[in-house]
Amino acid sequence: MDGLLLDIGLRHFLFVSLAVFVLGLYCVLTRKNAIGILLGVELILNSANINYIAFSHFSSGNYDGQVFAIFVIMLAAAEAVIGLAIVLGIYQNFSSIDIEAVDSLQG
Amino acid sequence: MPLEALVFYLLAALTIGSALIVAGSHNLVYSAFALLGTFMGVAGLYALLAADFVAVIQVMLYIGGILVLILFAVMLTHRIADVEVSNRTVGRIPAALILGVVGTVMGVCIEAAEWVQHAEPVVEPTTLGIGEAFLGPYILPFELASVVLLVALIGAVVVSRKELRGPMVDG
Amino acid sequence: MDHPLLVSYLRWIVLFPLLGAVVNGVFGAKIQERFGKNGISIVACAAVGLAFIFALRAFFQLTGVAPEERYLLDTLLRWIHIGSLQVDIAFAVDPLSAMMILIVTGIGGLIHLYSIGYMHDDEAYWRFFAYLNLFTAAMLTLVLADNLVLMFVGWEGVGLCSYGLIGFWYKEHANTTAGNKAFIVNRIGDAGFTLGIFIIFWSLFEAGHGTTAVFRDLSQLIHHLEGQLVWGIPAATLAALCLFVGAAGKSAQIPLYVWLPDAMAGPTPVSALIHAATMVTAGVYMMARMHFLFSMSPVALGVVATVGALTALVAATIGLAQFDIKKVLAYSTVSQLGYMVLGVGVGAYGAAVFHLMTHAFFKACLFLGSGSVIHAMGDEQDMRKMGGLREKMPITFWTFLISTIAIAGIPPLAGFFSKDEILWLTFSGGHPLLWLIGFAAAGMTAFYMFRQIFMVFFGENRADEHTKEHLHESPPVMTYPLIVLAVGALFAGFLGVPPALGGSNILEHWLEPVFAGGHGGGHTAHHHVEVIEYVLMAASVGIAAVGIFLAYLIYYRRSVSADTFTAVGGGVPYQAVFNKYYIDELYHATAVRGTLAVSWLCSVFDRNVIDFIVNNVAKVTGVIGWAVGRFDHYIIDGLVNGLADVTFGIGNRLRQIQTGNLSIYLYVIVGAIAVSQFLPRVGADILFPVVIVFLSLVIVVGIALWLSTRRIQWRLMLTKEGVSELR
Repeated sequence: MDGLLLDIGLRHFLFVSLAVFVLGLYCVLTRKNAIGILLGVELILNSANINYIAFSHFSSGNYDGQVFAIFVIMLAAAEAVIGLAIVLGIYQNFSSIDIEAVDSLQG
Repeated sequence: MPLEALVFYLLAALTIGSALIVAGSHNLVYSAFALLGTFMGVAGLYALLAADFVAVIQVMLYIGGILVLILFAVMLTHRIADVEVSNRTVGRIPAALILGVVGTVMGVCIEAAEWVQHAEPVVEPTTLGIGEAFLGPYILPFELASVVLLVALIGAVVVSRKELRGPMVDG
Repeated sequence: MDHPLLVSYLRWIVLFPLLGAVVNGVFGAKIQERFGKNGISIVACAAVGLAFIFALRAFFQLTGVAPEERYLLDTLLRWIHIGSLQVDIAFAVDPLSAMMILIVTGIGGLIHLYSIGYMHDDEAYWRFFAYLNLFTAAMLTLVLADNLVLMFVGWEGVGLCSYGLIGFWYKEHANTTAGNKAFIVNRIGDAGFTLGIFIIFWSLFEAGHGTTAVFRDLSQLIHHLEGQLVWGIPAATLAALCLFVGAAGKSAQIPLYVWLPDAMAGPTPVSALIHAATMVTAGVYMMARMHFLFSMSPVALGVVATVGALTALVAATIGLAQFDIKKVLAYSTVSQLGYMVLGVGVGAYGAAVFHLMTHAFFKACLFLGSGSVIHAMGDEQDMRKMGGLREKMPITFWTFLISTIAIAGIPPLAGFFSKDEILWLTFSGGHPLLWLIGFAAAGMTAFYMFRQIFMVFFGENRADEHTKEHLHESPPVMTYPLIVLAVGALFAGFLGVPPALGGSNILEHWLEPVFAGGHGGGHTAHHHVEVIEYVLMAASVGIAAVGIFLAYLIYYRRSVSADTFTAVGGGVPYQAVFNKYYIDELYHATAVRGTLAVSWLCSVFDRNVIDFIVNNVAKVTGVIGWAVGRFDHYIIDGLVNGLADVTFGIGNRLRQIQTGNLSIYLYVIVGAIAVSQFLPRVGADILFPVVIVFLSLVIVVGIALWLSTRRIQWRLMLTKEGVSELR
């Protein structure tokens, strides 16, 4: 039991990743604020990246995971830029960034 | 307790604790600042995993770029004078239920799966290898990524541009 | 005869007038508007003139070859090829049709010219010339056809144009009635003609040697009809009689002559061209063309001869008492046609055709002359109001006189030779009774024609003052054709001077190749009994002279009153003749009434039986339709609408899932992931993934609906307070 806890391995990182993911998801689900949702998304992306690096380190032994992590960071940057631009657009049109007020797509 | 385990637990605590604030705080500014802690912790974990280059990138891009951007957005959409920077949450109980399920299932999976592991993880400088990977097998996605960034740049300008109402009056 | 000369210009004889008819018929109104009436007449006359030139070319080509080879053929199109029956649109010229096309295009051309003057004030000028050209084309088709079927096409075509031209001034009801009468009476004849054609086809086929419609082949094959019976009657006799019915309709023989006098309702040039010179001779032409068939049947020939002689006499007697200038000529035409048919009936085909030709000249001249008179008199046709026109209209008078002498049978004018030849051949052919009838008719012809001359051109003018002032000779465009035709009436007879008078009978020799195959006995005998021939000639000249003298006494000298004759027998014969033997009334009482009665019966049957059935069928159908309609409304529509309602209801509920609310979408996504992960694990061995997916869906939708309900309530609340405030 001690060995399991103290001998840091793949699973430890995966659990950290899982915690960050669940928290990010919780954030996404519960926030009414669009920027809050973006924050949750960043958390989820970070949890994914932890997984990539962890598998790269422990399992594959090559750089594919790290390369992918860099791509994810890059895409996260792009996503943040676009997402925030959309939020600003919504704010201009609806005078609010409350996602419940933005329901023009209601069927 | 080995140093490595100690460092790991410290970093994990920093990461998860900050993430808890991010997810739970009522104040959006707090959440945004708490995200800084999460990013730092994650960068530390990268370093612990011998991914030095990615760790540096994480600090530079996430903390130096994205986080600042988010803070700007928060400031722009909520007047500073407005005390109630709304970060209200909805449906905590169903969300908690669902996430409990998801988390439990995933945890069981992580615990139960037979993960492939090398006997001895390599620890070495990664910059050279990543650079060769980008300009070798990943050259096409690498170039496409630059296009994506350009598109995102232009798209952000277009989307956030202030709409002119009524007849256009050109100066 | 076996190898026709193949040429390719005969088609133009037909096509030029047809082209003229199309141009004037389709663009006539525009041409008249743009170029005036001269444009119309140039087109029409040029068409006929060109046809005449080609006809002349055909004629001279015929004269250039040996008599046995005088046969030109121009096949234009393949038409009907069924088994051994091969019918083409082909035009043939032999001596007979060569003569006919010269008459049709020559005299027709003159009448076209005349019409320019006569119709000058008519608004429908272009329509008249279009009809006239179309008629010419149809008549030429009839004449040039190398087979019975194409001939029938022309036959119908001339009937159609005749109908159109009789009713040309259609605004007056009497004219259209006359047109209808001509058309309907001709239908009876046409029915006979078609039956005759069918009988020929059928019997020839039955005889087992193949059938044909081409005249040349028919003349070779016709002897196979020998011994063939149709309904117990020899096929040749029946076919010949049927064809004769057709000829009687077209050539106005008893009992179908009644349409021709009424046909005078048309413009006078039409009367001259169609109802005197050309179309009415079509029947005679057709019988001459089919002479080989008629020669096979003595019975048919006897019928033809008798009918012809009776027609000649009856029409002549009616002509005695008419006062309408055109009616007299009409009955005269019927009478002369009777002579021609008599000629055919006694086998004297050559003489019949000869008379056809001379008659075309002098009768066309007479009609055109009468047209000139009518024109001058301001459309007055009653001879009792004329008189003394001799000085005012010298050209018309002289040409009219020449033609009258010709028709009366005074030598050496045209009528004498042709009529006398028919009479002589009748007598020498062993029909003294028919000769006597024809002889009497000849005397009457001379009488009523000179009666006309004296009433119209001599004595005092009995017209009113206004008309008198406007009396004038017709313009040259009308008188020149008169002169040409009068010259024809003067000299055409010399084409057929019989050997008895030192002539060589050119026309008979010309036609010999055509009639060589026939058994026509007439002209074989006449070389031997010349004494009787001279006697008969003298007799017919004598009776003509008597007729003329009587007319002179009654209508010029007035030394004998006409009343002495009209009073004979208490006036009954006169009344009978004056009223045309009440034939029209008889036909009206029998045929017309009968037809109307039958049609009344038919209409009663129609109303009471057919309509009853139809109405009941309609009712039954209505009931069935009602039932089907109910079924449709309640069952089919119910199903369809029910389906639609169910779909709409489901859709209406499901629509609420689509809240447009981002957090709910996120709940659904994450919830679905959770459920799809969780369920397989708790029920580790659940068999049906489908069930899992379904259950997941139900749960997700349930959650979504639950959330959306909450959302709707919230929205309602918002609406009350005003959404715009929030936005």
